[in-house]
Amino acid sequence: MSKPLQLLQSTILSKVVMAATGVILILFVLGHMLGNLQIFIGQDQFNDYAEKLQSLGPGLWAIRLFLLLCVVLHIITSLYLKKLNSDARPVQYVYQNTVQATLASRTMLISGLMIFFFVVYHLLHFTIGTIEPSTFKGTIVDYAGRPDVYSMVIYGFQNIFISASYLIAMVLLGFHLIHAVPSMFQTLGINHPKCNPLIHGLGPVLSVIIVVGYISIPIAILAGFVTLPKGVM
Amino acid sequence: MKLTLHIWRQKNVHDQGRMVTYKLDDVSPDMSFLEMLDVLNEELISKREDPVAFEHDCREGICGCCSLTVDGIAHGPERATTVCQLHMRHYSDGDEIYIEPFRARAFPVIKDLVVDRGSFERVIQSGGFISARTGSAPDANSIPIGKDEAETAFDAAACIGCGACVAACKNSSAMLFVAAKVSHLGNLPQGQVERQERVLNMVAKMDEEGFGGCTNYYECEAVCPKQIPVKFIAQMNRDYLKAVATSD
Ligand code: HEM
Ligand code: FES
Repeated sequence: MSKPLQLLQSTILSKVVMAATGVILILFVLGHMLGNLQIFIGQDQFNDYAEKLQSLGPGLWAIRLFLLLCVVLHIITSLYLKKLNSDARPVQYVYQNTVQATLASRTMLISGLMIFFFVVYHLLHFTIGTIEPSTFKGTIVDYAGRPDVYSMVIYGFQNIFISASYLIAMVLLGFHLIHAVPSMFQTLGINHPKCNPLIHGLGPVLSVIIVVGYISIPIAILAGFVTLPKGVM
Repeated sequence: MKLTLHIWRQKNVHDQGRMVTYKLDDVSPDMSFLEMLDVLNEELISKREDPVAFEHDCREGICGCCSLTVDGIAHGPERATTVCQLHMRHYSDGDEIYIEPFRARAFPVIKDLVVDRGSFERVIQSGGFISARTGSAPDANSIPIGKDEAETAFDAAACIGCGACVAACKNSSAMLFVAAKVSHLGNLPQGQVERQERVLNMVAKMDEEGFGGCTNYYECEAVCPKQIPVKFIAQMNRDYLKAVATSD
């Protein structure tokens, strides 16, 4: 086996792959959130933003492929490590106990896999349009003839079940990140008394920002704060 | 006090092993945990039964021999305490106690509660030393070293190699042990020459021996009788990344 491949099997470098792809996914999650929050400015701004994204063309595809690569690497590495870690303890304790490992840290694979299934569902919903084809962007257009992403999102979230599924997924993501963020710093070798309070605070703070930022949209729609433009049923 | 003990019994490496329940009627709160097991063994021997095998040597918390998982916690419920230094005053009449060996593929059970920690020796042999000309000892203070560096190195050197970190980790990872050994030498001037080689070789050996990886549960830190902090794992990660990036 080639040396780089051999090195990648090291437990430490595998974790570095998790952390590096994790940082990229976090940056994406934050950027995506800022984009989505523009729905509060109004239909014009939101559809304009969506159109600009689409107009990137090959650039958009490059970003998508890069993110896909990160997700695939993140998942494959997590499964590889899971196997390695389970193999390291073939016989379990009869009396299982935990002193200080958090619930979030012990459920990373489950929360991660749930997030993955949610992402697939989310893409089918708002990117590919299989979940609700009748209100998919392009099927409906706004007054300027742009695909009406704004109304598509509102139609989607007016359905309480769809809103609930997004809500649950975002809470799971927040839960994943509570452990992931500080863990990432440790994996990358950043642990110093001066930065530690910041690092340990960043997990919960970032999680809350992301969860609140994302779920504010379905909640605002269900509560009637964000409504369909006049003339659209 | 009266106690009910559930103890892992296993004849040899190949035996399946199982939990066996014993009752002790007259345990004094002044006994140490191992003395309590000695009393049990006296009873078993007088009944012509096989005594429970467990490892011990110094019984004063410095050698790292004792290796019991008590109620699912390596070295038992007291923090910063080896199981040989755990005393029965922490228990009360009628308690049930589960006693199991340290669990890891890299620590195969030899008999009952005794595991083979040879994997730790092999990790040390792969780099946990400095190559130095032997002969007469160098003059004291001939190598200048800052107080902070010396103390950091000493904190890491406090590791007695008992393996509790592995036993406590849900991945049976040896990262805290290896990190302590790597950082102990890596923080001293004498350890600099072989610093890169050391971390690369010791981590490779650790993986080869079948220990799991670190997912930052920090259970190791919680049970470590010498309270080695997980910051040494971060330091090892740093050293390892640097070594991978710059070695050929
Ligand atoms: C938007 C999605 C996601 C983000 C932002 C994210 C972020 C992160 C980050 C930053 C880490 C920390 C790496 C480290 O400990 O060094 C991590 C760890 C992990 N992630 Fe994700 N992740 C996401 C999705 C997923 C998915 C889909 C899975 C599916 C299996 C997953 C499974 C894991 C596992 C098992 C760990 C390791 C935890 C540990 O070692 O303690 N994650 N994630
Ligand atoms: S017997 Fe020596 S440390 Fe416990």
